[in-house]
Amino acid sequence: MVDFSGARMIEVGSVLPTQVFTLDRALLKAYADASGDQNPIHQNEEFAVSVGLPNVIAHGMLTMALVGKYVTDWAGGAAQVHEFSARFIKPVIVPANENVDLTISATIASIEDGKIKLDIIATSAGVKVLGMAKAVVTKK
Amino acid sequence: MLNPDSVGRTFPGSDAVTVTQSQIDAFAAVVGQSDTSVAPPTFAIRITLDQSQAILSNPEIGLDWTRVVHGDQRFEIHTPIKAGDTFRCSSTIENYKVAAGNEIVTVRSDLHKGGALAVATWSTLVVRA
Repeated sequence: MVDFSGARMIEVGSVLPTQVFTLDRALLKAYADASGDQNPIHQNEEFAVSVGLPNVIAHGMLTMALVGKYVTDWAGGAAQVHEFSARFIKPVIVPANENVDLTISATIASIEDGKIKLDIIATSAGVKVLGMAKAVVTKK
Repeated sequence: MLNPDSVGRTFPGSDAVTVTQSQIDAFAAVVGQSDTSVAPPTFAIRITLDQSQAILSNPEIGLDWTRVVHGDQRFEIHTPIKAGDTFRCSSTIENYKVAAGNEIVTVRSDLHKGGALAVATWSTLVVRA
């Protein structure tokens, strides 16, 4: 049986539509306030450079939160997301007065008892920023 | 350096934490999630990272939080988080190793709601040499 839901087939190997999120310094500040993570490497360029970073970098958890939004949208709501994991392999670098992309795509890795496992790819400026990014969802 | 005696131990978090609608709204707004009846899937980090920071920075355990970077993160969501939920948190230091002078600590933090496990989280934290 193949489940037709919307225009795309849901079967192992199916590729989900790519989505591009835009990050800037204002978003990093908003995430710092919403998450409570006020580490200056995510807001203060001088500080970030002083600890050896190329520039201000996004919170790894902001990157993951945006991937969470991608997964949530596809699954049909935040309550549909049961497992979610990722490795932070490269920073998302966010220079002042610039918009930076976070480009997300996913492939259906397995389907078991209605639980759909997604393998997710996230890049910024063409560089893969998350490793082993996976989610388990049930689709509404 | 982390006190080796703390590896494998579970530490209770501070007081119970109650999630407010405005906290969920603010977190959801950052990612553009308009339905805020359920918190975004990574919302638990707002609670667990604070709690594990408080626990691991305790002088008895001795992690230098100022040099921590986040290595990886995993969530198992048994019950989605909603406004009004009250959680108790516990953190277990599941794994610890030193590689090239960096300390690598895996902390499992659980959010319990009324005695049941609602969200389990695993954070690998790297303390840079």
